[in-house]
Amino acid sequence: MALSTERLGLYNPNKPMENRLTDLGPRHFWQYFPPIIQKNYGKWKYHEILEPGILVHVAESGDKVFTVRCGGCRFMTVEHVREICDIADKHCDGYVRFTTRNNIEFMVDSQNKMEALKKDLNSRKHVSGSYKFPIGGTGAGLTNIVHTQGYIHCHTPATDASSMVKAVLDELFDYFQGMTFPAQVRISMACCLNMCGAVHCSDIALLGYHRKPPIVDNEVLDKVCEIPLVIAACPTAAISPTKTEDGKKSVKIKEERCMFCGNCYTMCMAVPLADKVGDCVTIMAGGKVSNRISPPKFSKVVVPGLPNNFPRYPEVCQSVKQILEAYAADANKYERIGDWAERIGWERFFEKTGLPFTEHLIDDYRLAYDTYRTSSQFKYTEASWNVSRAVGGIE
Amino acid sequence: MAFEPREEQKELKYKELRIYSDEELNNYTEEELKGFKIKHEIPVCEELEKGPWPSFVADAKREALHRRKLADDRMMIERDVVEDLLGQLEISFKEGETHWKHGGIVGVFGYGGGVIGRYSDLPDKFPSIAHFHTMRVNQPASKFYSSDYLRSICDLWEYRGSGMMNMHGSTGDIIFLGTFTEQLEPIFYELGHVLQQDLGGSGSNLRTPSCCIGRARCEWACYDTQDMCYELTHYYQDELHRPAFPYKFKFKFDGCPNCCVASIARADMSFIGTWRDKIQVDQKAVKAYTGGEIKPNAGAHAGKDWGAFDIQKEVIDLCPTRCMRMEDGRLEINDAECNRCMHCINVMPQALRPGKDTGVSILLGAKAPILEGAQMSLLTIPFMKVEPPYDNVKENVIEPVWDWWMEEGKNRERLGELIQRQGIQKLLEVLNIPPMPQMVKEPRSNPYIFWKEEDVPGGFKRSIEDYRSRHAR
Repeated sequence: MALSTERLGLYNPNKPMENRLTDLGPRHFWQYFPPIIQKNYGKWKYHEILEPGILVHVAESGDKVFTVRCGGCRFMTVEHVREICDIADKHCDGYVRFTTRNNIEFMVDSQNKMEALKKDLNSRKHVSGSYKFPIGGTGAGLTNIVHTQGYIHCHTPATDASSMVKAVLDELFDYFQGMTFPAQVRISMACCLNMCGAVHCSDIALLGYHRKPPIVDNEVLDKVCEIPLVIAACPTAAISPTKTEDGKKSVKIKEERCMFCGNCYTMCMAVPLADKVGDCVTIMAGGKVSNRISPPKFSKVVVPGLPNNFPRYPEVCQSVKQILEAYAADANKYERIGDWAERIGWERFFEKTGLPFTEHLIDDYRLAYDTYRTSSQFKYTEASWNVSRAVGGIE
Repeated sequence: MAFEPREEQKELKYKELRIYSDEELNNYTEEELKGFKIKHEIPVCEELEKGPWPSFVADAKREALHRRKLADDRMMIERDVVEDLLGQLEISFKEGETHWKHGGIVGVFGYGGGVIGRYSDLPDKFPSIAHFHTMRVNQPASKFYSSDYLRSICDLWEYRGSGMMNMHGSTGDIIFLGTFTEQLEPIFYELGHVLQQDLGGSGSNLRTPSCCIGRARCEWACYDTQDMCYELTHYYQDELHRPAFPYKFKFKFDGCPNCCVASIARADMSFIGTWRDKIQVDQKAVKAYTGGEIKPNAGAHAGKDWGAFDIQKEVIDLCPTRCMRMEDGRLEINDAECNRCMHCINVMPQALRPGKDTGVSILLGAKAPILEGAQMSLLTIPFMKVEPPYDNVKENVIEPVWDWWMEEGKNRERLGELIQRQGIQKLLEVLNIPPMPQMVKEPRSNPYIFWKEEDVPGGFKRSIEDYRSRHAR
């Protein structure tokens, strides 16, 4: 049966329940495995990274599958996906795979086929010059940046996602195509605190953040929102009921209690937060999800707020580079950014990266005490001498 | 071993399914694309065409030109959607604010999820994206595809939607970005009847589960992540399509503690592969590593000269439990003390492999920061054998947890927050399991124990008269 071309296809709006098929679930995965994957399923022995972006997996049978990993944009048009299909048809018997981090993986069963595939991929560029299928993203390098929708399709962003990822990856492109770090580096991007991308355990997290309390749209609030839900949505109890001068039911915001999370806006369209200069980019660092050596960790806020300087975000790119360059120069082999920061001490992290330590970086939300240092063990840096000087302890 | 799908899978052949002819698919030249200008001025967007990383703007323009050159009756929504989207994006860059309206309830009959309503707040300027609803399409486990399937999806989506998509969304679905309300049901019918393919989850329901590459191409998968993901997704279709939960709920399946799908950070229920016997050691291969014949960590550090491999420094001293040592040229592991962090296996994949007696650890309650702060999953079930159809997991873990959460969870309260609010003690009761020290990093440092009446000899009922018989006021 072909896909239909009638305006409403197989759907009859007069009988909406007729022939309705539901709960089919996803298609079964097995049919999409290349024959070599089907044959060696569950019988892989080991793997090697032959060069950045190129993996070989060796099966107990001796079979080898060569994978070429390419960076992909999360945002793709059907034209791009069709080109991926052309490549898959030409080199890979029509099979292709995507990774959790928006990379595209093409697999072949011999070294010769891999070389031809690699050459083909490297030759494909957009007319304006960028690579369509840059090879890389493996081993102790930078892999693709996962991200959220941003201005392309979301109603709550505090910055844009696709553009920031493009800007940062252009700057860090050599790291994507190399394996020069002490360990892998995972950067993730979320354009608001909802974090539909769950970036909170990344080596570096880029996070859009609002900095102005909501504006209350008194005209409509009572009509379009449930006031008790709006009030209950606030984690700091900053929202309370009120009446406007002309007697309309609404809410008021205690501004000094607002932490700009935007949860009220998620519940109610009449309290928008977005603002051109208020919205900013927060950078967090030192998180990971792997259990390797040390347990998984949260990322910590290391830059409180950088301007949304579209479309290239030079301040964000600069801060990320400062972190990565200091890390690459100083960390031990196998050390993730968070492990490195913990070994040298966060005071040294700020010294080595050159990122300013401001009061915004000291937790004052719930459980803040867990982050207080209650020890006389510390390292001297310029920041500590500044305190000694300020209190008259030294000249 | 081959797998049996739950239902027979219709074979999808693009040549039988296709909408567009080859001529229509190749309707522009590279020369035309070079000279192509969309109808809006977008200098800020076009700046993003420069640089080596793939440009989404360049890709979008390609689709814009392709749509320009298709005949009017070959697209069921406006041809200008890509151009208008870029136009609106340009304004967002200039104004530093999004132009998508808040929400909007749309969907397909009978489902409470899978479609997310989206409307432009500049409909006069950009009429073709006035409605621009998202549809989530449930991806096959671990995201392998055939070109027949992908090409068919592309034709369907270009014909009835914007031709713009995400491969993939954060949770794992194929995301169709933008169509008009009228086309939602037709797309759903085509997906179901022609492509035998369902929508994914959104809203307060089970979100589309996802898994790592698992046994398809990884030597470390300690259980069949694809099969378990597929089975549980099918088994819980009702929970996925019809919101009845306090908030979203996510399953993610990682084959080993390396956690490639980040289940520990993102899933309300994280399944992480592990083993309970010994790490498999090939001493000959260990020698090959120490002798420099095999590159450590599968060659992951090849971009920098880190010097000769030193097993003492790079493996034994970095082992978090110090349970390894070299003795007479042999690597000895005290497996009882191993916490299965994977480091030694990652460094020497040809010499070391996970054990053979494998299963899963189940961890509960991860979530992003909204609202009470980010949480990672709590180690709850240390080890569990998992075999299809996974009845032990469904009956003893998933369903008791859901029953509790549906009964006690507040509106928009994730499982992790409920565990915090009511305590691990309550979770133990729900799952009918004893406590174990592995559930905490350390025992509590305050003695504020909520003793229950039945814990204390004699109970709580006492008489003040009895007390006063011994103590004057």
